[in-house]
Amino acid sequence: MFKNLAFRDSNLAKKVSNRIRKLASDLDVKFCHVCGTHEWTITHYGLRSLLPDTVDVIAGPGCPVCVLPAVEIDEAIHLALNDVTIVTFGDLLRVPGSKSSLQEAKATGGDVRVVYSVRDAIKMTEKEKDSDFVFLAIGFETTAPSTAIEILNKPPENFSFLVSHRLIPPAMELLLGIGELHIDGFIAPGHVSTIIGLEPYEIFPKAYNMPTVVAGFEPLDVLFAIFMLLKQRYKNKAKLENEYERLVSWEGNKKAQQLMNQVFHVVNGRWRGIGNISSSALELKEKFACYDARKKYDIKIEDSIDLLPGCLCHLVMIGKIKPPECTLYMNACTPQAPKGACMVSTEGTCRIWAKHKIS
Amino acid sequence: MCLAIPAKVLEVQEDVAKVDFGHGVIQDVNVMLVEARIGEYVIVHAGYAIRVIDKEAAKETLQLWEELLEQE
Ligand code: SF4
Repeated sequence: MFKNLAFRDSNLAKKVSNRIRKLASDLDVKFCHVCGTHEWTITHYGLRSLLPDTVDVIAGPGCPVCVLPAVEIDEAIHLALNDVTIVTFGDLLRVPGSKSSLQEAKATGGDVRVVYSVRDAIKMTEKEKDSDFVFLAIGFETTAPSTAIEILNKPPENFSFLVSHRLIPPAMELLLGIGELHIDGFIAPGHVSTIIGLEPYEIFPKAYNMPTVVAGFEPLDVLFAIFMLLKQRYKNKAKLENEYERLVSWEGNKKAQQLMNQVFHVVNGRWRGIGNISSSALELKEKFACYDARKKYDIKIEDSIDLLPGCLCHLVMIGKIKPPECTLYMNACTPQAPKGACMVSTEGTCRIWAKHKIS
Repeated sequence: MCLAIPAKVLEVQEDVAKVDFGHGVIQDVNVMLVEARIGEYVIVHAGYAIRVIDKEAAKETLQLWEELLEQE
């Protein structure tokens, strides 16, 4: 809808923030986004400084690497140390499992490799037919279709998946159950929505009276989303709106949804430090069990530890605290020597704030 | 992770397209989820096009990606 505007036009940004200021003078609100890329845009462009004190924007659990529980890293490490090659996205290597990270497993002789896409992992496998490969498939609805495509393409026999995908709307619903957060509106994630469309968010205005705006990732996308949410609050009328029409339609990507339905069913999922969220994860259907590494290999992880002592990632991830409220932030925990997943991933709130030197 | 970036479709062969991300970065991506035609822009996430976009929007988003690239 704003496609002819320059997305970073500072005059336009000023105009929107002026309107935001006017509207917000009678309100006191807290909006929540659930996407690491939104946090990056907001922090990188200093959007919080353009907002009046009466408008707070918090970051929910929108970093797929951060929300992956330690037990699922432990599974991958177990395999890597038992003659299986683990292939995954680069952001995951340094994320702490219960005792160590995949990078440490690699240093002690485990075969851990990084790829840009699952397709690259399969290509690797085709060249090395004598080894077993497992792809640690993480990511939200944006990423899950690629796993579905490759499963339907029938990967080689020596290839299987640790499916660790998570779903965003159930996590948003969980946040609304945490009363003390007092969320007044959602900025819903643009690229997740490119896949799932708008319908899964309808529940928020309808059942929770919660204003919800799907937004893109340019600074003005986010400012306009905030403006739209404020207008809803001002008029006291919660709606579902789409600020990112250039990439999100009501129905989303039907083909992607259909492939995901073919391959996965929805199950309860554990989120790091947050615990179980019902209907928030994907599991391979029985028909594809031969590609399920959890079934193929006998992996038994007894206990796992999501948070190192002192790390408050679980509170950062639900937006209850901001990174500087953790005493380890920029002391014992830095991007060079991270203590928690939120400081490892380029989409983690602690890491984004640290990189922008916010104290 | 959920970052998705625009690229111009140069060639399409069944489910794979050669796309141009700008700055001479040309890669093969999977286009099974979209109806990609030569000359159009698609938005790509981790090697898979997830939607076709129009040129105007693509240019603007390309700029974003360029800046992100400079960042890290
Ligand atoms: S600053 Fe480090 S220790 Fe503190 S919450 Fe963030 S990741 Fe955890």
